[in-house]
Amino acid sequence: MNQMQNFTKGFFKENPLLVLVLGCCPALATTTSALNGLGMGVATTFVLLGSNVVISSISNLIPDKVRIPSFIVIIASFVTIVDLIMKAYVPELYEKLGIFIPLIVVNCIVLGRAEAFASKNNLISSALDGMGMGLGFTMALGILGAFREIAGNGSIFNYKFMEGDGILVFILAPGAFIALGYLIALVNRIRKT
Amino acid sequence: MSKPESTFGNMLLSLTIIALAASTCLGFVYELTKKPIETSVLNKKLKAIKQVVPDFNNNPDGEMFRLPTGEGDSLDVYPAKQDDILVGYAVNTYSNSGFSGEIRLMAGFNTDGTIINIIVLEHKETPGLGTKMTEAPFKDQFNDKDPSDFILKVGKDGGPVDAITAATISSRAFCDAVQRAYNTLQKGGLK
Repeated sequence: MNQMQNFTKGFFKENPLLVLVLGCCPALATTTSALNGLGMGVATTFVLLGSNVVISSISNLIPDKVRIPSFIVIIASFVTIVDLIMKAYVPELYEKLGIFIPLIVVNCIVLGRAEAFASKNNLISSALDGMGMGLGFTMALGILGAFREIAGNGSIFNYKFMEGDGILVFILAPGAFIALGYLIALVNRIRKT
Repeated sequence: MSKPESTFGNMLLSLTIIALAASTCLGFVYELTKKPIETSVLNKKLKAIKQVVPDFNNNPDGEMFRLPTGEGDSLDVYPAKQDDILVGYAVNTYSNSGFSGEIRLMAGFNTDGTIINIIVLEHKETPGLGTKMTEAPFKDQFNDKDPSDFILKVGKDGGPVDAITAATISSRAFCDAVQRAYNTLQKGGLK
């Protein structure tokens, strides 16, 4: 696989949310608006990129039996860094995303990429992989968030284009499942043709 | 370079090094972000106070004091002064009767007890329903009202407050929080 594919596969062919169906918990919970979804995606991208780079460069020095704890410590450090930075510079977004920022630690995408890709590949491939996966996840969250915001609230990026309430269920939890389900079905349909 | 064997010594060494490196990094980032976090928390508070009381030129945060609510708790009260003359109070009040979790408001009162403005600081209400309490049509109906003759109860409970459609519980909690702030000021003899 060439380097370009390492980057692009995260967007469509192996999109973590829409094809691998990983990271559903934050995807369902934080996509009440397009901006929240994108914010969550960017935070995850930073963690993915950081942890992939560090893990691929030191994975040859870590004994096999302690690799998972080591990965988790590294990932948790990056998450805490994101947590502190967001708290300091984008407090409003931080408040909206709340508990889901610290919960990136247990996001299966991050550990999944560390274990399945970064620990077996070189630094550049891993960085590209982390970047691609992260941006793919961001894109999926953005689409999901935008759809839920448009359908549920009649607005996009907080810009209200419609009077009234919209279809409220799309802002609530069941709407997240419905929207994600149809999005995955759509992506599958396109992939199969 | 071949992978080190998983012996006790190797595992101990590598985990220790990783943990040390990680904690050093975190300590550094913590120091770096400590100041901005403090400023952003303070700014948020000051911004909230500015929105709910008339113009002031003192430092309400520095003159903050606590008043007991009479329910075994206390509220933070921020006095706003223009040239040392008291122009109003901002009260950081709360309610636990929301639909999900605590609701925190900053309520501004005139020195005669009328409500100036209220803004929502924190809440976990249902998006699209209870969240409407942060918007003008609901919360602005309290402005310029005196809770002594404007009963803080929603229509369903026989009061004059227009509840949010499909979010009566959130509306009640909002009233509850404002009432708590008013009662506390009154008990403290500050109205």
